[in-house]
Amino acid sequence: MSRTQGGRLSTLAAAYVVARRDFVAILFSRSFIFFLLGPLFPLLVGGLAGGIGARVQQNVEPAKLGIAMSEFDILAMTRARHELAGRLDGLPDLVEVKRLEPGEAFDPAAAMRDSRANLGAIVTGSPQAPVLTGPVDRVEHWKGEIELIAAEAAGLGPKTYPTVTLGKLTGSKADTNRSRVITAQMGQVVLFLLTMLLAGMVLSNLVEEKGNKIIEVLAAAIPMDAVFLGKLFAMLAVSWVGLSVWGLMLAAIFSGAGQGLGSVPAPAVGWPAFFALAVAYFSLAYLLLGSLFLAIGSLATTVREVQTLSMPVSMLQLLNFFFASWAMSKPGSAAEIAGVVIPFSSPFTMIARAAQDPALWPHALGIAWQVFCVALLVRLGAKLFRRWVMKSGPAGVRKRRWFGRRADRAMQPVG
Amino acid sequence: MMKLGEGPIAGNAQAESPLDGLGRPLAIEARGLVKRFDGFTAVGGVDLSVPEGSIYGVLGPNGAGKTTTLRMLLGIIDPDEGLRRVLGHDRPHEVAHAIGYLPEERGLYPAMKAYEAIAFLGSLRGLPLAEGRRRGKALLEEHGLGYAIDRQIRQLSKGMAQQVQLLGTLVHDPRLVVFDEPFSGLDALNQGKLEKMIRGLAARGTTVIFSTHVIAHAERLCDEVAIIAGGKVPFAGKVDAARDRIRPQVRLETRSQDGPWRAAIPADARREGSLWLFSLPDSGIEPLLRALIEGEAGIQSLSIERAGLHDAFVAIAGEAAARALDEDKPEETAR
Repeated sequence: MSRTQGGRLSTLAAAYVVARRDFVAILFSRSFIFFLLGPLFPLLVGGLAGGIGARVQQNVEPAKLGIAMSEFDILAMTRARHELAGRLDGLPDLVEVKRLEPGEAFDPAAAMRDSRANLGAIVTGSPQAPVLTGPVDRVEHWKGEIELIAAEAAGLGPKTYPTVTLGKLTGSKADTNRSRVITAQMGQVVLFLLTMLLAGMVLSNLVEEKGNKIIEVLAAAIPMDAVFLGKLFAMLAVSWVGLSVWGLMLAAIFSGAGQGLGSVPAPAVGWPAFFALAVAYFSLAYLLLGSLFLAIGSLATTVREVQTLSMPVSMLQLLNFFFASWAMSKPGSAAEIAGVVIPFSSPFTMIARAAQDPALWPHALGIAWQVFCVALLVRLGAKLFRRWVMKSGPAGVRKRRWFGRRADRAMQPVG
Repeated sequence: MMKLGEGPIAGNAQAESPLDGLGRPLAIEARGLVKRFDGFTAVGGVDLSVPEGSIYGVLGPNGAGKTTTLRMLLGIIDPDEGLRRVLGHDRPHEVAHAIGYLPEERGLYPAMKAYEAIAFLGSLRGLPLAEGRRRGKALLEEHGLGYAIDRQIRQLSKGMAQQVQLLGTLVHDPRLVVFDEPFSGLDALNQGKLEKMIRGLAARGTTVIFSTHVIAHAERLCDEVAIIAGGKVPFAGKVDAARDRIRPQVRLETRSQDGPWRAAIPADARREGSLWLFSLPDSGIEPLLRALIEGEAGIQSLSIERAGLHDAFVAIAGEAAARALDEDKPEETAR
């Protein structure tokens, strides 16, 4: 056997060795399967609850369409609806909005906006030439039923249907903004849950490693900074795998159900850019929190200690999340700017912005700022990690007073 | 106490091994290493010079500062004061690829297969993973563990896992091997194997430094030892030099109880009937023999025994340290 073929490992090469080991170990572990399945449970529960809720809503409160025609036509339409209801399920109720005098003008779009009856759409015109006005998805949905009712009301044969003219309403700017807030909130919640989950996992991973004494072997062979970086980026890579799998599963579920993302309000920057930004902000949020958690993990020796030590950070992160959620509702305000500038709330604030504002240049700035903060925090985290995990590096009296005691106790002289 | 960066250290350029007073290249040189933990001084000024290619023992009871010293030498922790130079480098991590380290508390990833664990330990020292896997399998075969190649560490016995880690320590063929209490937890058979392996490494020019609290191992294996007690090193040098700290012990049995020959017996000699026990006088054996013969002592038996390392340890480190050493968990010793 010849002497070692390789030379001294650079910090990055050593980090790669650690990351590769962690990545492969996690990927082929049973816990990774649970990690992958984890988000499916809330989805499943949510889906079931949603399904039951929808069924209950359907049973309790049938959909209502408004009708604004002449008195005769209204009578014909409601009678036709009543007769068809005996043979067909799921026909919408028809609610009289206005009886029109001959020649009287009526603006169904205005009635839709002003309506307090919570109508799905409004039928105008006549049974021979009905007009259905309402939001795009709803008029498409009720078109068939209105054709049936109108054909019955007009006394046409069973094979002849009048053509329903669709009056598609696009939402107002305020409506669009309201819808996008939902997308923004969803983005924030997903980002927050994922970062907390993964940062927690990297923390447990480190504590386990300290427990089985491997950390000493690593510390003797490679710089502690490399161990820190390796662990941090291995979990990031694992999370990308998780995101890809979840993304594919969601796409399969949506396409299997014959739906796209049409029912979710589209973000202002568009879906492709939104997804790309979500991945970037997730990665940055994870690196920020993960480096903080790793520094904490270097202090702890047991899972119990981890829970105690990570609690304040988790609480602070929760506050950051709430702050970002609040700041989101005040676009352009000082609160939103503060949300962007504070590193730990920045990714959440920016993903909300991506849902609400089409401009892309603020994201370039936001990402640059977060990359800078990540670099700073990773460096600081690695330094603390190195100092605490094996109690390394000369410590001045003052520094030891603040940082040294716990680690010193953990590193009792043994020989 | 010497501060970091102060005082000369033997040797030339940083990357070259320094030389000791005898002109021998040194694998490790340490001067005035100090480490404190929470106000407690674990190591209080350790000096070491480990010649290249030697087997060097760090001998002391538990808690003496052996592990802390080794950790400082390896760069796992940095000294609060003092200088260290390992294979010619001030920063041990710069020569990590040339060092192998077996810590006292063994640690491997339980889910890894045996050959993968060896390859991983090699990759941490710069050995390409594929080459590490190849060597790992070969080493396991060579050491009679071929059947365990594909077994996970968690499926191995503690002793087997220790052997796997030992092989992982050596897989990259290091120039310097550091073992912390390597015999701990091994049965007599495996202790013997390890002793043989250490001798084999030294024969190939590898420097081996190990800590132990079992004097017999150090006495059998080491060219040089450092005796460490209370965080200090009262002696460091050749094993023979340590023994020479104590004069050879003379056991003399005579027929005659009294006579002119008694003048040759040291005043502090101990008498047990016709048996005399005393340290060999500074003048040596010949004047003593002449006096005994000419004084008609009637020598029945005479033996001169060189002091053992244990006696030397007692003399150097003191009775308290020796008692602590004896009170440490007894170890099986291999022959």
